[in-house]
Amino acid sequence: MSRLSVFGLLGLVIRRDLLLAMRRRADVLTTLIFFVMVVSLFPLGVGPEPDMLRKMAGGVLWVAALLASMLSLPRMFSADHIDGTLEQMMLAPQSLTMMVLGKIVAHWMLSGLPLVLIAPVLGLQFDMPADAIGVLMLALLLGTPVLSMIGAVGAALTLGLRGGGVLVSLLVLPLTIPVLIFGAGAVEAVSGGMDAASNLSLLGAFLLFALVFSPFVAAQALRISME
Amino acid sequence: MAINWFKYSAPSTFYGLAGKLIPWFAWPAGLLFVAGLYIGFFVAPTDAIQSEAYRIIFIHVPASILSMFLYLILAGYAALGLIFKTRLSSMMASALAPTGALFAFISLWTGALWGKPMWGAWWVWDARLTSELILLFLYLGFIALQASIEDPRRADKASALLAIVGSVNVPIIYYSVQWWNTLHQGATIKMTGTSMHVAMQQGMFMVLAACWLYAIAVALTRVRSIILEREANTQWVKELQEVKQ
Amino acid sequence: MTMSEFFYMNGYAFYVWGSYGVTLLVLLIEIAMVRHRRQLALRQLRLMNESGDE
Repeated sequence: MSRLSVFGLLGLVIRRDLLLAMRRRADVLTTLIFFVMVVSLFPLGVGPEPDMLRKMAGGVLWVAALLASMLSLPRMFSADHIDGTLEQMMLAPQSLTMMVLGKIVAHWMLSGLPLVLIAPVLGLQFDMPADAIGVLMLALLLGTPVLSMIGAVGAALTLGLRGGGVLVSLLVLPLTIPVLIFGAGAVEAVSGGMDAASNLSLLGAFLLFALVFSPFVAAQALRISME
Repeated sequence: MAINWFKYSAPSTFYGLAGKLIPWFAWPAGLLFVAGLYIGFFVAPTDAIQSEAYRIIFIHVPASILSMFLYLILAGYAALGLIFKTRLSSMMASALAPTGALFAFISLWTGALWGKPMWGAWWVWDARLTSELILLFLYLGFIALQASIEDPRRADKASALLAIVGSVNVPIIYYSVQWWNTLHQGATIKMTGTSMHVAMQQGMFMVLAACWLYAIAVALTRVRSIILEREANTQWVKELQEVKQ
Repeated sequence: MTMSEFFYMNGYAFYVWGSYGVTLLVLLIEIAMVRHRRQLALRQLRLMNESGDE
């Protein structure tokens, strides 16, 4: 069996997870529908005045993105945990960190990426100008992977616990606050006429910081939970 | 005579040591509280701008300092427990969490009650108050995770990892909230606007010292209970005279 | 400064005593809880000892 390179492993895990997810397409759509629903609730609650909605759009979309990504976190490891494949993955000679990174990327492609793609539609619902929508998509593109990465640590820690879903949100949401602040700040900066480069670069910094540490920390968390 | 410090890292010996130490922390804490507040209320002059309302500072600032440092100490013990697998360090971490959360709550409560006369609103999204609120969430997350895992060993390790990740995030959260706050509100009135009168500083430092002693006393008492709970079926616990009565 | 003036706190009585009152209450509750937890642990151990002796 040819020596599986690290990136080969990464591609393998991502393909496997995507394939599995596509078999249960409903799971992917629930995150997306939840996101659209939460965002659409706000005008009903707050009132339809366009200028107010335009001001709130960035914040509302970002908070909804946070909640939507929390929703699908428990599923990241639980399916493999129940049928025992997680144990096999941990026993495999390949590095667990890379496998966890693969699962994080797969989770992001199923929960973060759809949010980015549908954001323009919701932006129009909030009458956002075109450049604000552009920055919103870029900010979401940079921010949602960080949510998946920090979320992976939370999901690994609460593996197999009763009430894990709510617990993971309680653990992870405080840690995602900087992403929320700079994500929503980017949109607000652009709609206020200022340049959003500083916010986006900070989001990029969070992304790199999380990319380096969270797979390893999540792997440690898995080892703790699976002892 | 070299003191063998590692002797006290075993729960059994630490239990006895902590028992003897608690009164030495508890009583001075009470005295310092009374003395500090006496200075705060009777010696310190009335503030020019805020008249009497500023006296809340004597409990608000120490509580905020305590809540921040207790979290870092908690993360430190957690890291020790995770790296060296010393069970006592993890027990110490879980013993500190409730006290830290309580100080965070006190800081928020007194901050709100101070904000009302000074800024006219019960809750002001001031950078420090907001970071304090997030710190309280971190504490509650730690306690919730610890409580939801039955096996003490896994509970210790999982919450330890969470505490370490949390402590790495504390500065990031603080500066992002700071940045966010100055963006929205501009420079809010600084909490300690007036230059600190000597008596004010003395009063505050005494209350701060009292809070530290109190936190140590409570944490030691709680860690002794945790030791009793976790080492219930060991021989040395059975021999304890308070158990024999 | 008479007693009533002291408690009046120049109009800020509610805020000052509200803060200190709640702080004192919270600390007392914590002390009570910690002691209660200790009694509970000891009672549990005594029960285990008695059941163990027979």
